[in-house]
Amino acid sequence: MEAKQGSASSPVFKPCGDCNLSVCFGTVIAPEINARVAALNASIQEKPPHGVLETVPTYTSLLVRYDPCKVSYDKLCERLRRRSDAQGSKAAAAAKRTFVIPVCYGGAFGEDLPFVAAHNNLTEAEVIAIHTGTDYLIYMLGFLPGFAYLGGLDKRIHTPRLTNPRTKIPAGAVGIGGEQTGIYPLASPGGWQLIGQTPVRPYDPNRKEPILYQAGDRIRFRAVSAQEYAELSAQAEAGKAVWEVRNG
Amino acid sequence: MADSITVLAPGLLTTLQDAGRYGYQASGFSPAGAMDYPAMRTANLLVGNSPDMPVLEMTLAGLSCEFNCDCVFAMTGARMDAKLNGRPCKRYRTQRAAEGDVLTVGSALLGCRGYLAIGGGFDVSPVMGSCATSLKFGLGGFDGKKLSAGDVLKLQTPGVPYRKRTAKVPWHLRKDRSYFGDIHIRCVLGPQEEAFTAEGLRTFLSAPYKVTPASDRMGIKLEGAQIEAKDGYDIISDGIAMGCVQVPASGMPIVMMADRQTTGGYTKIATVITPDLHHLAQLKPGDTVTFHAVSADEARKLYRAYIQKLRKEEYDFLRF
Repeated sequence: MEAKQGSASSPVFKPCGDCNLSVCFGTVIAPEINARVAALNASIQEKPPHGVLETVPTYTSLLVRYDPCKVSYDKLCERLRRRSDAQGSKAAAAAKRTFVIPVCYGGAFGEDLPFVAAHNNLTEAEVIAIHTGTDYLIYMLGFLPGFAYLGGLDKRIHTPRLTNPRTKIPAGAVGIGGEQTGIYPLASPGGWQLIGQTPVRPYDPNRKEPILYQAGDRIRFRAVSAQEYAELSAQAEAGKAVWEVRNG
Repeated sequence: MADSITVLAPGLLTTLQDAGRYGYQASGFSPAGAMDYPAMRTANLLVGNSPDMPVLEMTLAGLSCEFNCDCVFAMTGARMDAKLNGRPCKRYRTQRAAEGDVLTVGSALLGCRGYLAIGGGFDVSPVMGSCATSLKFGLGGFDGKKLSAGDVLKLQTPGVPYRKRTAKVPWHLRKDRSYFGDIHIRCVLGPQEEAFTAEGLRTFLSAPYKVTPASDRMGIKLEGAQIEAKDGYDIISDGIAMGCVQVPASGMPIVMMADRQTTGGYTKIATVITPDLHHLAQLKPGDTVTFHAVSADEARKLYRAYIQKLRKEEYDFLRF
């Protein structure tokens, strides 16, 4: 594996048709490569170069939609290259936020918790302690509105997906699928092992900011009791923020 | 009754669409929007609306509706057998309807998606900057849903003055040249063309591909000769642009369209150029496509010419 490839060198630019281009920083999933994607994206968000319409940051690359009537491809690539070289991965580090998400684990809230524990020769309490013991980096959002691809799930609780996916998983379900963990932002079908439930809605169309977090932010899960879950749910219903944000 | 239309029969899949909900792809929102963008624009221009106002997109079989007020309307896109009070009703021209008139749009004879615009536009509040319906997320349009019988769609009035004179798009300027079922689509190779063997690329650029019935607003799913990859069809998930041609493990290409997911982990062999996307939108199951590669430079030139053509059309209508 070329672990550090792209972390020091200049990015590679590739056209995607006539009005999109991809800026590629590497070929492996790694926080330092993702930080460069986030840094360039932050710089574009802050001060969009002429002709840039929209960006989609992902694990190792940034998709840039632009208007070829306003800026030439070569000129835009040059500008983005200069920005990226100047930026490095500093900006992303400065803008880091950690969202603390309350989760009620096990029982009716996470019916697969016993399986996840048994599969990994752990107790349920150990699974919860491991799951809540790390900050997870949001590498990218995609698949569904507000669905975060998180990195950093501890190897000790990796668990294969269900053989028969569920046809409906409620919004707010917290699950483990292979080496990944995450929150279902919308009720949807899915094959992940459900270990808990959060009253937080990563996607709420009626909220001022419909999507709670961005790529580059971090998530930390906090275990709560069924009683606290009920209280937080009621607060969430009333439109209150039931998550906590830590900066820096 | 307030200015509105009542849906008598919704057709197969009729949704409200506009130019799309852009700016939220980074959070996982597909942009949605009209599949045949130029047809949507023309429909609006024919009734005196600004070109990006929401219109009804009808798929394969059109809707029937009753007008609850006097208004002008226009239909573009697929040739659908339309009748106003039982009398044939032409597409690509401004039509007048009086209160109580009934419009019946039948099945598509040529093409797949028809557009219906009404003078003044539909009275719908935009969600995140757009009225486009996203069925997957239940967002935009009429409560995020497709039309059903009995729906009453309010129209914007008064205020927006509608075109008094009848406008008509001459045959040679219509965009139906793609509706004859066997078309060439231009694309730019990449972003992952290096994932395919020389043979795989040759296959993609020469073999005819047939549109399967699984095609929808998310993607045009094709079948034909299998495209050979060098080393598997999976990549680290990255962003998916409109018109990207994904090749999953089956080796069969899928052209990603308006309701596509924003990110994905399959190799993308090529990206269809913007001026050819609306041809894809009009393909029906069983139609065939062949792909031709153009250089990225050429594609950008074609894009600029296409935008200029759309602007000129708008100007011509304003002058009318």
